[in-house]
Amino acid sequence: MTKRTGLLATKLGMTRIFDDAGKHIPVTVLQLDACQVVGVRTKDVDGYVAVQLGVGKAKVKNVSQAMRGHFAKAKLEPKKKLVEFRVSDNALLEVGSELSASHFVPGQYVDVSSTSIGKGFAGVMKRHNFGGLRATHGVSVSHRSHGSTGQRQDPGRVFKNKKMAGHMGDRRVTTLNLKVVAIDAEQNLILVKGAVPGAEGAYVQIRDAIKCAVPKEAPLPAGLKATGNQAA
Amino acid sequence: MNVLEKFNQQQIEKLNAKVPEFEPGDTVCVNVRVVEGTRERVQAYEGVCIGRKNAGFNSSFTVRKISYGEGVERIFALYSPRLESIVVVRRGAVRRAKLYYLRGRRGKSARIAERTDYNAASKSA
Repeated sequence: MTKRTGLLATKLGMTRIFDDAGKHIPVTVLQLDACQVVGVRTKDVDGYVAVQLGVGKAKVKNVSQAMRGHFAKAKLEPKKKLVEFRVSDNALLEVGSELSASHFVPGQYVDVSSTSIGKGFAGVMKRHNFGGLRATHGVSVSHRSHGSTGQRQDPGRVFKNKKMAGHMGDRRVTTLNLKVVAIDAEQNLILVKGAVPGAEGAYVQIRDAIKCAVPKEAPLPAGLKATGNQAA
Repeated sequence: MNVLEKFNQQQIEKLNAKVPEFEPGDTVCVNVRVVEGTRERVQAYEGVCIGRKNAGFNSSFTVRKISYGEGVERIFALYSPRLESIVVVRRGAVRRAKLYYLRGRRGKSARIAERTDYNAASKSA
């Protein structure tokens, strides 16, 4: 089974589009910002097969010496963000090739992963949708608290994974099976139906949905830009 | 202009909707394309615009009318391709941006005076 690479994009924000029937579709706009292959992992050298993608453009002064060497080896300008995607042998790409938004086909389903918006230390009502305590009938101070956390002397302890207050958000979240509504190859935009985890401007990883078949029209090994500019 | 704003601007230009100048308080007739089975026809919806949401491509407006003694409000997307046309029937003189006070009123007290000083030429300039 072939497994194509995913893409690393920037979340721009949400808007709407109207389809041919005039129906309104809420979409998230994702942009590819010079998404290039920076490195490859092969079975012989690394023991697994993957491509390393980089996006954006980092200032050279902010890039460590070690990473400068890494980018020099790939003959690319330093990238803001790097990420690896496991691929199958036949979907391996050349270092330096630039990926385009046409990697995905309108109508296909994708999974989008990103770091969710951090909510800080959140109470149990916000974090786990608990109901809280009553507004009256003798409840004092603790209207938004959780109730009991356990039983009696047996078991005599709070079970692991008990839902309690704590840090919420700012973790990796994957939204499965989002439909690609449209592709703008010129501006390198991908329009995905519905919401996507992460703040506006966040980096998001997009891959073919693991729970849906990849359409036959999808380019293999990947949708590359026609003019592969090899910027040194 | 950032990429998202540019994208929205392109969408507006692509849809090329003809939107007349109208404000809350104006009586408008909205011609909506309705699909009935396989046939498509145009349905007119006439009432008072009681508010507008100005948000670029995501702009919308609310039209209220009394239908068979029952108040009906409908929200339309300003640039929707489903809208055949928007016709301003009457200009109303109001002092509020959102006319939600009409919801609690009926008949005589729900009337809006006609605007007499409206100058289309100065608006379009």
